[in-house]
Amino acid sequence: MEPNLNVNKRKPQFSLMDFLTKWGTVITVIFLFVLFSVLMPRTFLTASNMITILRSISIVTVIAIGVTISLTVNGFDLSVGSTATFADALIMTMFIWYGMPTSISIVLTIIIALSIACINSFFIVKVKIPDMLVTLASMFVFQGVAMTYSGGGSVSENMARLDGTPTTGKVPDIFDKIGQAPWIIIIMLVVVISVHIFLTYTKHGRYLYTVGGNLEAARLSGIPVNRYRTLAYFMSTFFATLGGIMLASRVGSAQINAGAGYLMPAVAAAYIGFSVAGAGKPNAIGTLIGALLVGILENGLVMLSVPYYSLDIVKGTVLMLALASTYFRSKD
Amino acid sequence: MEQKKSIKIRMNNISIEFPGVKALSNVHFEMESGNIRALIGANGAGKSTLMKVLSGANPHYQGQIYIDDQPVEIRSPKDAKKLGIEIVYQEVDTALIPYLSVAENIMLNSIVNKMENKQFVKWKEIKKKAKEVLQKLNIDIDVNALVSDLSLAEKQMVLIARAIVEECKFLILDEPTAPLSNTETKELFRIVKDLAKNENVGIIFISHRLHELFEICETITVMKDGMIVAEKVIDEQLTPKAIVELMLGRKFDDTYPKKQISIGDVILEVKNLNEKNGAVKNINLNVRKGEIVGISGLVGAGKTELCKTLFGAMKQSSGEIKLHNKVLNITDPYSAVKQGIALVPEERRKEGILVEEPVYSNISATSLHKYCDKLSFVNKSKEKETARNVIKDLGIKTPSENQLVKFLSGGNQQKVAVGKWIVSDAEIYIFDEPTKGVDVGAKRDIFELIERLAEMGKGIIYASCEFSEILAIADRTYIMYDGEIVKELDVKDSNEEELLYYSTGGR
Repeated sequence: MEPNLNVNKRKPQFSLMDFLTKWGTVITVIFLFVLFSVLMPRTFLTASNMITILRSISIVTVIAIGVTISLTVNGFDLSVGSTATFADALIMTMFIWYGMPTSISIVLTIIIALSIACINSFFIVKVKIPDMLVTLASMFVFQGVAMTYSGGGSVSENMARLDGTPTTGKVPDIFDKIGQAPWIIIIMLVVVISVHIFLTYTKHGRYLYTVGGNLEAARLSGIPVNRYRTLAYFMSTFFATLGGIMLASRVGSAQINAGAGYLMPAVAAAYIGFSVAGAGKPNAIGTLIGALLVGILENGLVMLSVPYYSLDIVKGTVLMLALASTYFRSKD
Repeated sequence: MEQKKSIKIRMNNISIEFPGVKALSNVHFEMESGNIRALIGANGAGKSTLMKVLSGANPHYQGQIYIDDQPVEIRSPKDAKKLGIEIVYQEVDTALIPYLSVAENIMLNSIVNKMENKQFVKWKEIKKKAKEVLQKLNIDIDVNALVSDLSLAEKQMVLIARAIVEECKFLILDEPTAPLSNTETKELFRIVKDLAKNENVGIIFISHRLHELFEICETITVMKDGMIVAEKVIDEQLTPKAIVELMLGRKFDDTYPKKQISIGDVILEVKNLNEKNGAVKNINLNVRKGEIVGISGLVGAGKTELCKTLFGAMKQSSGEIKLHNKVLNITDPYSAVKQGIALVPEERRKEGILVEEPVYSNISATSLHKYCDKLSFVNKSKEKETARNVIKDLGIKTPSENQLVKFLSGGNQQKVAVGKWIVSDAEIYIFDEPTKGVDVGAKRDIFELIERLAEMGKGIIYASCEFSEILAIADRTYIMYDGEIVKELDVKDSNEEELLYYSTGGR
């Protein structure tokens, strides 16, 4: 036998196109950073603003990590925004309506919110409805559940419940800390790094990618595919819930549909992450860079006095470009 | 039918270079319409590449193409179609729209390209034309049927019909018989012969099955390493053996020398196994230690279904599978693998490999737990080392274990699909058509590998519709017909005729 004969020995040729698709996102982040720094040296390039950027992207990043995991199995969790809203409402009512302690509230919120994952994975895995449709439906359902539960309004300290019952609960001081720098940033980094390690270096991460790469081949390789798809949806719901808890802490109250606004930036971050360093697949570090790109853009543009309601145009365009770079490359 | 004028196609000095490898070098290829030409070569010899040039799917060629001595440019499939060159690929499903009717699929090109400013589809006309084409080919398919309801062979015929709706001068058939049963193949041959004779179409027939080429083709072109090494007229003097030698450039023994492997006790026993939807019925079989047991039968006899039922990929409704006298509870492939059964599936691209992943992670996909520590962290260097060993063992042609599998040739992809199971600890290995679409050299490697597994004391189930393979590698074979095992034979006192007799329902 003579292995390695007549094979494609590709010479490492430098190609600008390859380089750009691989590092385009990172270059864009650096470019934007430099651009805003030059335009607004006094306001943009300050330590406090750097922290502001990191703080502002941390919730998006954590939710985007959830989306990323759902993407690894070739799925798509659209319900993360509603999950965050639901978690936000849950934990706030626990504090304000019932005066429950911090740790119990957090654990309970996570457990209750994971029921969304149960429903999602049941319909996806057992009933075999396409992922995007199931999560689109559950997005609606839980948006409504959150609203119904909180009585169609916001929940904040000293605000009476719908039936007029006065509330006495306070948001614990320690819970407030979660939403502040440095803790909120630390949480984000811990989430990114641990998910990166999980996806890249463990068996389970590899299986998730295998399932996403070729479901049938994975099944016939003896991988319990349904178990891993379920796992992916549980993880994505878990991180969306965590994002919702961080949101609650940051704002200090539960607003109507507070999490919904995080869906699109999270999806954008996850898809931008695809192409970072030429990974070609969803990955945690890429998602962080994607969120950073969106965050810097948002921060810089706000400072340049672009009205907040116009930012969606920019964010949407960035998502479009990120998708273009991913799909344009995979066409060959 | 009036006799149409013959035309001649000449490809001159065709070269194609991919980064680092010359896929075609200075190829001359000539043929006249009305002929049936065989094109053969080992995997990676360049036959598909050459035909892609001719059909416009490979626009970056160097060289010149002439039709009747007029230079032409074929830089897109549209160019090729304009010149009357059509190709039917092996993967028929990629070219058909399953939710549309036969008529619409046949007339697809004219619906798409000939509408011009018309906005409404004339259904009557389309159906009429489609019917005419099918009649011309003598094919009995209802034009109103949905393509998704057709069999593979019928789908292929729909594609051929589509190809000849327009003025077709040359028709390229890429491995058309690989998925067909014997009767279906015969039907295809009849159509091809009619097309050549009555419609004066030039047919280029790519296939690995030599005996078929001898049956249907008039001339044969043999390719090797991106070059044409021989062009011969098929007559009595030409033997398949001579062609194989040309393909390989070396002598090849017709019969595979099977090793003597000592056979032990029964390790796998299957009793009264039924598939939920009746795809396989009342299966009783056993496999001994170190024994290679063939499952032969024609395409559609239920071999794949039996393999999948044993492996839990199809649900069993009743029956008992015993391994080492222990009753197995197989509900899905995961539980089958856990209990020591491995399956190398037939459809490797769809079921066997991860094309977007590197070779090493494909090889470790079934046994990843072996390279993991207690916390499930993968030890990559150990994983890659194993992959390198498998690559060397099986002679997988790849620059390194990091190469993405999609860049490997078909035969090498198959070796990867097989390779991932050798490193797992299965007791029973089920191979479903492992040599499909694989050249003679790679086939030998796979046979050697299977023997090595048998030597290690594993039990092997080898399902194939190629009787010669069963005779070459198996010790004993079961023959399936219509979802049931109809006969059990000792291979050494059997022959192809006998296998064929039982496979066609003889009793």
